[in-house]
Amino acid sequence: MIKARITVTLKNGVLDPQGKAIEHALSGLGFDGVGAVRQGKVFDVELSGTDKGKAETDLKAMCDKLLANTVIENYAVEIA
Amino acid sequence: MKSAVVLLPGLNRDRDMIAALTKISGQAPATVWQTDTEIPDVDLIAIPGGFSFGDYLRCGAIAARMPVMRAVAEKAAKGVMVIGVCNGFQILVEAGLLPGALMRNTSLKFVCRQVKLEIANANTMFTRRYQPGQIIRSPVAHHDGNYFADADTLARLEGEGQVVFRYAEGTNPNGSINDIAGIINERGNVLGLMPHPENLIEAAHGGNDGRALFEGALGIAA
Repeated sequence: MIKARITVTLKNGVLDPQGKAIEHALSGLGFDGVGAVRQGKVFDVELSGTDKGKAETDLKAMCDKLLANTVIENYAVEIA
Repeated sequence: MKSAVVLLPGLNRDRDMIAALTKISGQAPATVWQTDTEIPDVDLIAIPGGFSFGDYLRCGAIAARMPVMRAVAEKAAKGVMVIGVCNGFQILVEAGLLPGALMRNTSLKFVCRQVKLEIANANTMFTRRYQPGQIIRSPVAHHDGNYFADADTLARLEGEGQVVFRYAEGTNPNGSINDIAGIINERGNVLGLMPHPENLIEAAHGGNDGRALFEGALGIAA
């Protein structure tokens, strides 16, 4: 079995109101020096088989087709 | 003129859309379920508002990948008119039938109120019964209506008159770029908008500002 982690983040230049709200909340908790906060998503995916090359191709296709909206989001695939 | 309404789990404005189309066209629309691969021969397909699939992943993301949306895309490619309202707009964007994306409202709050809309393009099948620049009222109810598109896409939309509705007079409820409330595809047969024109079609609604949209699309005399 192959375990993979997909990280989806907002592209630069795309406004992230949720990240902004988190940033303010952290400052409110007294954490000084908090710069920009950007919120993203993490998907842990298990795949059958052992072919990591095929897994990477499949995972990228999953990102392009569903897991990420490439209009506003970037993604990174990491295979354990 | 015949119409069809797309049904998906989690939509909650489907009855409103069916009622509006029935009252305005005089005949009940056909309904198609998410797993249907064929849509009957109609002139207008409506995708209602709501929270399809619980807004999981991204609003409209799962719905956009259901079999019925492939059928909608096929019909759209043949020139059939398609309107997506609220979640329906999000679904059309996720399905790639309209450009851009709909993001969380900048206020981070769900907004449920009446806004004013400017008819930014009265030269479409959907807006031909309005005057250019006319201001109409419309309810909105959404959490993710903040329209975003990259600079090139935005310039194209603005240049080609594909921005059809704009929030007017400082009523932008969600931070949408250029006050965009609704856009149309290049061909002019697929419209998406966040406001709910189907909820303002008769006196009992407090006005009928939205009625002309459906009358225009369905070719019905006012």
